[in-house]
Amino acid sequence: MSQSYNRGLIEDFGRWREFSAGMWAWIFHKFTGWVLVGYLFTHIAVLSTAIPAAGAEEAVLQAGDDVYTQTIVTLEELLLVRILEVGLLAVAVFHMLNGTRLLLVDLGIGLESQDKSFYASLVLTGAITVASVPTFIAGAF
Amino acid sequence: MSTQVPKQTDESSENATDAETTVPSKGDARREEKRRRAAERREERQAEEAERAAAAEDTVELKVFRYDPEVEGKQEPRFDTFHVPFEKGMTVLDALMYSRDTYDSSLTFRHSCRQAICGSDAMFVNGTQHLACKTQISELSEPIRVEPLPHAEVTKDLVVDMEHFYDQMHAVEPYFQTNELPDGELDEQRQTRENREKVKMSTRCIWCAACMSSCNIAAGDNEYLGPAAINKAYRFAMDEREGEEIKQKRLEIIEQEHGVWRCQTQFSCTVVCPKDIPLTEHIQELKREAVKSNLKFW
Repeated sequence: MSQSYNRGLIEDFGRWREFSAGMWAWIFHKFTGWVLVGYLFTHIAVLSTAIPAAGAEEAVLQAGDDVYTQTIVTLEELLLVRILEVGLLAVAVFHMLNGTRLLLVDLGIGLESQDKSFYASLVLTGAITVASVPTFIAGAF
Repeated sequence: MSTQVPKQTDESSENATDAETTVPSKGDARREEKRRRAAERREERQAEEAERAAAAEDTVELKVFRYDPEVEGKQEPRFDTFHVPFEKGMTVLDALMYSRDTYDSSLTFRHSCRQAICGSDAMFVNGTQHLACKTQISELSEPIRVEPLPHAEVTKDLVVDMEHFYDQMHAVEPYFQTNELPDGELDEQRQTRENREKVKMSTRCIWCAACMSSCNIAAGDNEYLGPAAINKAYRFAMDEREGEEIKQKRLEIIEQEHGVWRCQTQFSCTVVCPKDIPLTEHIQELKREAVKSNLKFW
């Protein structure tokens, strides 16, 4: 038998319907991790407008006319930003909860119920996200 | 419903030229006739069986991956459909054996003990790694798709090349070693009950490679030892009779670049293991052992 057949990576994303809980947890953790890394850059960009704003005069600061306040206010006026903030919270909460789950996995605690803890972190993420909607969307419309 | 590729024509033409040059003896002619009739009967029987199976109420539909590099018409992988009469308690392996015995004797797959001990018949059934002899047809949705294990090269039909998997298994030195022998020459090397309990699950591995095939990391990193090999290492590293020195040696093997640290706790291996070995748990424990042996507070 000289030849053999390489079917390549069968276990790709085309098989997502067959993924088990642990696999989903891994995918979501990677995804949310990258989203958070991306967010970090915009976060720093927005926050660094505080550097020029720090040199502004007292009166300008009092009136809220400095660069930093203006940037924040402009951003918060956009509906898209408000919705993205809800998404950001969801992503961060899931990453935290699943991170805790992974910590327990690393410590060897409750590995038999790892799927349940994944579902729990999903449900909790959903609940917290829904509860946060009024706060983030208030006054956006 | 034979899925055999029709006999190659050059073979029959060869026979024809043979017949022209040398007059066949009566015996040859008779044997030829007998063969032909047997083939006819077989085909008839297969057609009958297929008809009956398709007509019967309780049949299962099997879609089986086929590939044969040695036959010209089969070099392109394809799926063959087999209708198998269902019987209570039928496993995927039973259905495959029925298909092979009834429809197509060229259908190739590994099996030996048929009771989940030998570990020869791990397959990709309906998108998940299963031990065919341990998987009930009644628990699967139809049509049942049977494929060879992913991430391994297919040799023929459902048979994959296991060489790489065995190489990884041997890399962790899967045999008992010790340099702490008891004093008396005839003394036994006793293991405590607690220690036996600890390694109990890890001894159940049957080398079926289902875990290795399910592992996403092993798919991308061919050098990764894989769940089965690490589990083997666990079985011996945790065995107290081996002694500290051997344990250190074992930890050095498993904490290499492509050892335990590649595991990203996807739990795929633990989910598919036909012997219910908590593979991820064992890998995680070895990770902690490796850290503990490397941490020095001075």
